[in-house]
Amino acid sequence: MNSIVFIAQVPDTEARIKIAPDGRHIDESGLKFIVSPFDEYALEAAIRLREAKQGEVTVVGFGPDRVAQALRECLARGATKALHVKGDVFAADSLGIARVLAAAAKSLPHDVLLFGKQGVGTDNSLVGPMVAEILGYPQINIVTQFEIGEGTITAHREIEGAEEIIEASLPAIVTAQKGLNEPRYASLKGIMAAKKIAIDTKTPADLGLQDSDIYNQRVTVAALELPKEKSGGRKIDGSDAAAAAKEIARYIREEAKAL
Amino acid sequence: MTGVLVFCESKDGNLIKVSREALTVGRQLAGASGGDLAAFGQPGVEVDAGRYGAKTLFAAALPQYNTEIDAAAMKAAVDQMQPAIVLFGGTANGRDLAPRLAARLGVGVASDVDRLEWNEGKLRARRPVYSGKAFAIVDVTGMPAMATTRMNAFPAEESGGGAAAVVQIAVPAVEPKAKVVETKTPEAGELSIVEADIIVSGGRGLKEAANFSLIRDLAHALGGAVGASRATVDAGWIDHQHQVGQTGRVVSPNLYIAVGISGAIQHLAGMASSRHIVAINKDPEAPIFRVADFGVVGDLFQVVPALTAEVRRVKGQ
Repeated sequence: MNSIVFIAQVPDTEARIKIAPDGRHIDESGLKFIVSPFDEYALEAAIRLREAKQGEVTVVGFGPDRVAQALRECLARGATKALHVKGDVFAADSLGIARVLAAAAKSLPHDVLLFGKQGVGTDNSLVGPMVAEILGYPQINIVTQFEIGEGTITAHREIEGAEEIIEASLPAIVTAQKGLNEPRYASLKGIMAAKKIAIDTKTPADLGLQDSDIYNQRVTVAALELPKEKSGGRKIDGSDAAAAAKEIARYIREEAKAL
Repeated sequence: MTGVLVFCESKDGNLIKVSREALTVGRQLAGASGGDLAAFGQPGVEVDAGRYGAKTLFAAALPQYNTEIDAAAMKAAVDQMQPAIVLFGGTANGRDLAPRLAARLGVGVASDVDRLEWNEGKLRARRPVYSGKAFAIVDVTGMPAMATTRMNAFPAEESGGGAAAVVQIAVPAVEPKAKVVETKTPEAGELSIVEADIIVSGGRGLKEAANFSLIRDLAHALGGAVGASRATVDAGWIDHQHQVGQTGRVVSPNLYIAVGISGAIQHLAGMASSRHIVAINKDPEAPIFRVADFGVVGDLFQVVPALTAEVRRVKGQ
């Protein structure tokens, strides 16, 4: 059972976002980058599959040199192979990225293709289903549980206020939701073992892609904006709970018009 | 290529709220770009769709959402109508389908947008990024330009239009590789935080899982949904579907009540765009008060039950 886990490297969720002077990108100076949290669930699921059914767990990342660090971290946790496709991820839109990842998938053994349900940052939730379409595979999005059968996958998909159980043929695309598992930390042994694994490096051209496949953006960022700072509202003392409750209720009724 | 096509979902023969919201903003875009508004949906929703301005309903009798079948049917509608813009309400299904169809057509999608305008021949959208720590203004070029609309971000306003003209779309002869075998509704009737106009959220200040009953009682009294901080979800006090914030859901209800939540940056990112924010916390220095419109420094175990009682009294419950 071979898995590919596609990872996005994103700013630490604790980080404050600053906008670069060009007004269209974030300022990366001093930013700590992490493996996107939802991708951690995808990776953990793949490692558990390997523990149960052998095979390879290949992590794939597309982007600048710093992505190697994220791939190294995944190897330390238990991925067995890593592919770094080097390119300008910021000059590609989701479809461009999906074409790169789909081409990478074709070059690797796979039964299950795993993604996080979204990259925490750009928050698009587009690339997984786009890869599925390009490869002609079924997709199961926002998965909280799955099992592998004989050439099939059965997965629980989260929808508004309910859950669907979906059965699909393999190979299939799964996007991981929180709740799928509890990701492990890298062990010291894992970190040492990971150092012996070479990260394979390719360019999109090595995968048979042309720049026009990737960098003709259909969605372009015209500007980034920060939300308006709130001035902070009214604050009252709640030591008299009944009086405070009446004040809140009045606010809800008169200003939010929700009562 | 002109006009706007909206992927609509319905429940018991009625369009769901976010579909009505998408039709409403779609109608404005159709007006600005010079074209008509059309809906894609189940047969029978033509009156509802017309009420929100759709002139045409592309009707496909599909029993249940299926990525591959819906993608083929939507593609047939797009081929027939040749719209300039295709919108999807940002449900799990809308967000499942939009990228699949976009990749098939080789076009772009702006996800989870909370503003849309027709700007010099291009679809311009605003979308939260970094879970609301910033907004990206994006241009979607190519035809059709696609977007998924964030729930609750757009008003649903009727246009006074009559029933949409029905154009049948044949059920595609696609043998899907993925199929729904069962649908489970574990917490029947419980409102999801992404759909709710009112959210009452609990944090670590609740001290233990059982005390979420205080949050539920207030949420039910107000007719709202139950939200939660990441700390409470990670502690196993409540299911992750309730989590607001960077690894949960970004929400923007009309009213957000944060109870015993100090306000980590990841949580603030996920709720700060709510229209009215009430915070109840014993720590006057808690960061949550920086985004609250109305703050109460006090003991949640006293204030919340009193508020629930007051809400019930006002509502005559």
